[in-house]
Amino acid sequence: MTSAPAPDQTLGSQILARCRQDGRAALIGYLPVGYPSVRESIAAMEALIEGGIDIVEVGVPYSDPLMDGPLIQRATELALDQGCQVDDVFTAMRAVADSGSTAYVMTYWNLVLRRGVDRFAADLATAGGSGLITPDLIPDEAAEWITASDRHGLDRVFLVAPSSTRERLAVATAACRGFVYAASTMGVTGTRDSVGSAAAQVVERAREVTDLPLCVGLGVSTRAQAAEVAGYADGVIVGSALVRALGEGGPAAVRTLTRELAAGVREGSR
Amino acid sequence: MTAQPGIGRFGDFGGRYVPEALIPALEQLDEVRRKALVDPEFVGELDRLHRTYTGRPSIITEVPRFAEHCGGARVILKREDLNHTGSHKINNVLGQALLTKRMGKSRVIAETGAGQHGVATATAAALLGLECVVYMGKVDTERQALNVARMRLLGAEVVAVTNGSQTLKDAVNEALRDWVANVEDTHYVLGTVTGPHPFPEMVRDFHRIIGVEARAQVLDLVGRLPDAVIACVGGGSNAMGIFHRFLDDTSVRLVGVEAGGDGVESGRHAARFSGGSRGVLHGAATYVLQNDDGQTIESHSVSAGLDYPSVGPEHAHLFESGRAEYRSATDDEAMEAFRLLSRTEGILPAIESAHALAGAMVLGRELGPDAVLLVSLSGRGDKDVHTAARWFGLLDDEDGMP
Ligand SMILES: Cc1ncc(COP(=O)(O)O)c(C=O)c1O
Repeated sequence: MTSAPAPDQTLGSQILARCRQDGRAALIGYLPVGYPSVRESIAAMEALIEGGIDIVEVGVPYSDPLMDGPLIQRATELALDQGCQVDDVFTAMRAVADSGSTAYVMTYWNLVLRRGVDRFAADLATAGGSGLITPDLIPDEAAEWITASDRHGLDRVFLVAPSSTRERLAVATAACRGFVYAASTMGVTGTRDSVGSAAAQVVERAREVTDLPLCVGLGVSTRAQAAEVAGYADGVIVGSALVRALGEGGPAAVRTLTRELAAGVREGSR
Repeated sequence: MTAQPGIGRFGDFGGRYVPEALIPALEQLDEVRRKALVDPEFVGELDRLHRTYTGRPSIITEVPRFAEHCGGARVILKREDLNHTGSHKINNVLGQALLTKRMGKSRVIAETGAGQHGVATATAAALLGLECVVYMGKVDTERQALNVARMRLLGAEVVAVTNGSQTLKDAVNEALRDWVANVEDTHYVLGTVTGPHPFPEMVRDFHRIIGVEARAQVLDLVGRLPDAVIACVGGGSNAMGIFHRFLDDTSVRLVGVEAGGDGVESGRHAARFSGGSRGVLHGAATYVLQNDDGQTIESHSVSAGLDYPSVGPEHAHLFESGRAEYRSATDDEAMEAFRLLSRTEGILPAIESAHALAGAMVLGRELGPDAVLLVSLSGRGDKDVHTAARWFGLLDDEDGMP
């Protein structure tokens, strides 16, 4: 099923393909820029890479983060209170690229619209980013972004959810490039005691309609959970647990947790 | 932002900017409400509730003593304040509560600003035996404390939202989070003409009865159409409700009045059309108060129900197409209109509705004594007695007030 990375692929896609060849799931770590400060958030992203993350997901703080639970809400609210701006996300992308990895931006759509979809895409490509993850943009509304991502050679990652019908799975995955973000539960970001069976089911159903890597996010926070999800998914996305580690123990704690999670995805290899 | 051919569009505005997880529920809602609106059983049941529960048709009242302050124009109020629960909000809520039953769901959630939509939802939930949770910004629970107690008396759980600006927009965020997590058994009774499709169209259709009744009533009373129809615009539901039947009557000016707060130039207001710009918030492409980065700017108004940084997408379309015009009334102007209507006519308006009255005072002076103005009196002022009494310094002892 896998082929050698084509040169027209983003670095993110190449990394996912390499993980697939190695027979393991990729580890993707989310942190918002600006928490607890722009400088420290970038240090924490570098700690992710040192700890063995495969791909970084950089969140942009937004005033109305309706897909986020209390933990990430509080972190991004603090970032905004301290004056974090959309420009800062490109600084973070550049730092990640300079550390030899690549980042996807996770952003609510109004921030992209306001900058201008094409300008946002151009800035992202220039900063060495691989694409956008858009939690409140469905493919049906994404014509402008599809054009811009084609023009700038960026991946576009839409979400699928346990509630997605077969028809919606087909629509969403057909519009994706790079990978597909499979939400593990019906709900917002946050750590959970168990990942639940809905995640495996949505991955299984999505496989019937796409060959793209399927990465599972929402609620994964421990090594054991990472191993479990790595047993059926192509990527494991961890967010809230890393944000909490950063808040409690700074970049060093992020590095430690990342090492644990990286071991987890290797234990769970299929 | 360019026009997209997608569904639920009013010109460039509207659409569905929500997580994929909600799409199946929105599609189900769209299908169920389309079928319901042409199903005699549903239409008959809603009509029966309007007549026997809400008290429709609501009357119109001509207010000559108030009209003396409106350049002598004839002023006619559409009395949505007389509806059961005290505002227009019940029209939409009864419709959506019946749809909730049809979808086989057992729990409703709602956001509320002034508390009127929350009270209406709690009422319908009690009537139809549904579990009910209402999200309300903490600031609003304080300035509308009476309505919090009303909702609890009706059996609803009221959750004070402490995120962000702790007002209506944050209550909507929290309701959407609840909905994503519980969409299986829960319907989100959105309280105004915004949000993802089909909400703007559906909520408008449930409020359309306001304009349908009022148009016939004014024709009956005056023998002709009004020169202008005036309504306050928070999310815009009472305004769309009274405007819609008049859209094709091109001689009738449609005038929306937004909350001017401390004045648009002060930056502390909720005037999206003079102080905002195109954007996306809460699922709809529309006009939004936002900074250069696209972060939502907090709105300000003495009126909790108008204190919202975004507005229904159909209003954005009516604004850009020029079919409707949007003005604003400051806190001071609205409170003066509140005082005047109370003193001259013995009607205490909701502070939201007082913004429409303030708009009528200005427009009446512009148009003169030959004009006929139809004003949407969207709600009654009982919930605002404390705020108004404090505003006018009528409280001898703060602590002594109920
Ligand atoms: C009496 C009254 N009028 C108007 C509004 C504003 O809402 P809309 O613009 O949707 O009519 C509210 C909202 O709480 C209200 O209670």
